Amino acid sequence: MTDATGPDKFDAPTPDNAMRMADKTNGPMLSADGTPLKKSLAKALRMQKIRALALIAPLLIFVLVSFILPIGDMLFRSVENQIVSDTMPRATEALEEWDGAGTPPEAVYEGAYYDLFFAAEQRIHTRLGSRLNYEQTGASSMFRRSGRGLDDIGELYRDQFEDLDENWDEAMPWAELMGDPEWIAEQSEWQEGDSQPEFTLREGIADILPKTAEQYENFALFQQDEEENSPLEEEPWSAVHTALYQDLAANDLSSYSGPRADMLIAADELVASPDFESLTFQQGFEEIDEDWVDPEIWRTIKLYSPDYTSGYFLNSVDMELTPDGVQPRPENERIYIMLFQRTLFMSLMITFSCILLAYPVAYLLSNLPARSANLLMILVLLPFWTSLLVRTSAWKVMLQQQGVINDVLVWIGLVADDSRLTMINNQFGTIVAMTHILLPFMILPMYSVMSTIPPTYVRAAKSLGATNWTTFWRVYFPQSIPGIGAGSILVFILSIGYYITPEIVGGNTGTFISNRIAYHISSSLNWGLAAALGAILLAVVLILYWAYDRIVGIDNVKLG
Amino acid sequence: MPDTGASDAFVAFERVQKSYDGETLVVKDLNLSLPKGEFLTMLGPSGSGKTTCLMMLAGFETATNGEIKLDGVSINNIPPHKRGIGMVFQNYALFPHMTVAENLSFPLEVRKIGKSEREKKVQRALDMVEMGAFGGRRPAQMSGGQQQRIALARALVFEPELVLMDEPLGALDKQLREKMQFEITDLAHRLGITVVYVTHDQTEALTMSDRVAVFDDGRIQQLAPPDELYEAPQNSFVAQFIGENNTLEGVVKEIKGDHCIVQLDGGETIDAKPVNVSKVGERTRVSIRPERVEVDPQLGPDAHTLKATVKEFVYMGDIFRTRLQVAGNSDFVIKTRNRPDQRRLRPGEEVTIGWLTEDCRALDAG
Repeated sequence: MTDATGPDKFDAPTPDNAMRMADKTNGPMLSADGTPLKKSLAKALRMQKIRALALIAPLLIFVLVSFILPIGDMLFRSVENQIVSDTMPRATEALEEWDGAGTPPEAVYEGAYYDLFFAAEQRIHTRLGSRLNYEQTGASSMFRRSGRGLDDIGELYRDQFEDLDENWDEAMPWAELMGDPEWIAEQSEWQEGDSQPEFTLREGIADILPKTAEQYENFALFQQDEEENSPLEEEPWSAVHTALYQDLAANDLSSYSGPRADMLIAADELVASPDFESLTFQQGFEEIDEDWVDPEIWRTIKLYSPDYTSGYFLNSVDMELTPDGVQPRPENERIYIMLFQRTLFMSLMITFSCILLAYPVAYLLSNLPARSANLLMILVLLPFWTSLLVRTSAWKVMLQQQGVINDVLVWIGLVADDSRLTMINNQFGTIVAMTHILLPFMILPMYSVMSTIPPTYVRAAKSLGATNWTTFWRVYFPQSIPGIGAGSILVFILSIGYYITPEIVGGNTGTFISNRIAYHISSSLNWGLAAALGAILLAVVLILYWAYDRIVGIDNVKLG
Repeated sequence: MPDTGASDAFVAFERVQKSYDGETLVVKDLNLSLPKGEFLTMLGPSGSGKTTCLMMLAGFETATNGEIKLDGVSINNIPPHKRGIGMVFQNYALFPHMTVAENLSFPLEVRKIGKSEREKKVQRALDMVEMGAFGGRRPAQMSGGQQQRIALARALVFEPELVLMDEPLGALDKQLREKMQFEITDLAHRLGITVVYVTHDQTEALTMSDRVAVFDDGRIQQLAPPDELYEAPQNSFVAQFIGENNTLEGVVKEIKGDHCIVQLDGGETIDAKPVNVSKVGERTRVSIRPERVEVDPQLGPDAHTLKATVKEFVYMGDIFRTRLQVAGNSDFVIKTRNRPDQRRLRPGEEVTIGWLTEDCRALDAG
């Protein structure tokens, strides 16, 4: 920019001066007060941006908290699998060494004993049982039975120790043997309602009785934290006795000289004597359930011991994770691919029937004079004011074998009384009912697009010599496509995740994948599988949306 | 151009009536015929029935009564797409989902014309409106003036003998409109097509047409070439509607052949040419064009003159527009050319005005 009017007479900063200055120095464009123009623009816009953000903030937070986060959490469950390694930490660690052939080593059974014993005390072993039951039928009852049976193993040792010395089944002697004296002093002053001094092991006891120390500590902390009992008053559970036997069998404690030395040394001698009865953990498990010596269950546990699994997703597509790799499920257990296909097929059918029914109505709506159009529009919107459940139930009344339509058909003689049509509890019923329910979602976008097509286009086409059909097909229809597109995408996405209507009128053959998801959420409680199915459904919708955008272009979709 | 008889007329409306609601007539007894090659404009205020007439001719409205003939054949029952009439719409009505070339090709396709010939004709039509390079564009990518040319080319590409235009220049700015007015008339005359043009813009009507039909209240008020329409309006509506006009009201005192004397309501008497008055004592509205009024006139001894007071003087460049108070009418306007010796009147000045008898037309009382 050159200044042809001569030297500037204003020294004060003006927009013109600033621009001239910027030109002279070849620097960034400056605003009137000398700051760079970009900076002052950003400053001016910042306030607007903050205002805009503040306006949408409540909704944003609401959506985030009530919608995005729960959905994210649900979707995460489709791969989450910590329950196996959390509940059976020792066993899964020992299983890593195992190659999967034959029965697993004793270390695995030992780990499983302590893990399941603790889990049974916490009453969470059945949860793991039902988790593994998804992968191997029978696991659930096996785990439930084992929760009770594992006591038998420890009681074998406890009874023998108790026969030797009553103190082995008393709370206080155990506490003195294992606990820190200072802790015992504090704990004995504890009164119910106060917070308990946290249990600490006596110095050196973990070196001579490592397993017992670990188990007793587990027991003591569990009593303190979960049951709110004092370990000084509770006799230890039988897993502690089992651990004591293991420690005594492994180490020579004749030189022990701490508290309760006589009791411990006597027990050590008892264990060393040939009369002492013992059995391996494997034998113990075998007594509970024969299946525990079958490598099958151990392979399953090993397979699902990682924290994250693809198992749910594989299940969702009728595959399964086996020790031999990913394999298709047996023919008679395949269901989900078929359900997905059915959902897609029926959603397409519904979308298509909606297009067929909605197009003439929308056309009529957009071409009627305003008064009649308003009346028709009210009729279109009427279903929106009626409960979804009522509308669906109405279809039940209409379509059932003793229903209105069949009665009429029989009455006019089109159908014999003994061969009434089956129109409900199948795909036909679902398609009819859902087409009816979703029809307004197709009509409204179509109408809003069609009402913007000026009638002069039709007149122009006719004046150019086009017949009514050519005018419609070459001129009107192409311009109404955005409305069809918008309606279709709306109806398709709504129907692909529809639940209530297929649940009520779908029967066995007309249900959607969403009904299966609901089943897993509320009945079978297999949330991981439900989440995986939901994630796949979401992915399918997103892929279709993407494809739609590529083919039709989302810019062409007009909703109003 | 002489009014041709109905026998050799190319387009003819015969006693055509149109009613939408069965109670009122929008078009009342329309008789109109135009020969081949004529550029006829239907001019009138909105609601005067001109567009309805055009739509009846195009076939989008049916005549309630009477007959419309094209080339001697009644077209009342022929659907629009078989009439072979080209049409240009006010908002162009170019199909937005087709390119310019596809738009032009459309009327040829529906006539089943071969591809190579189609392309030739489309290109020729585009060249005709100087838009040869725009075939690949979409209508939305062009300016209003460009779209207008394309709409014109599309209406002409299938070589219709009759083209209807419904206020085609209404959406353009003034300069472009004037340019297009010239181009459209030029094109129409070059191609020898018959054009029926609807507008409410009188300048457009006067500059473009061979003849103008002035519509009001469902009737043709006057059908005449532009100069006749301006200089010799047949009734006070036409006089008012076409161009600027001064009116004075009064009663006919005396009629002598093509001369009459009118006594104005203020008592003054003036000379006028009787057009729509037949007997003494009738009320009349006399009409004088602003540019035909003379200040301090040099007229014959018998001529009547009027006293006037200058109210306002407006300098408009090529002309001066002076508003006067004359015989109780304070909206009496005179226009004088901006010549070096022209007097510039000042507000408050008292002047004498007069005119030639034939310029002052005694019309109906309205």
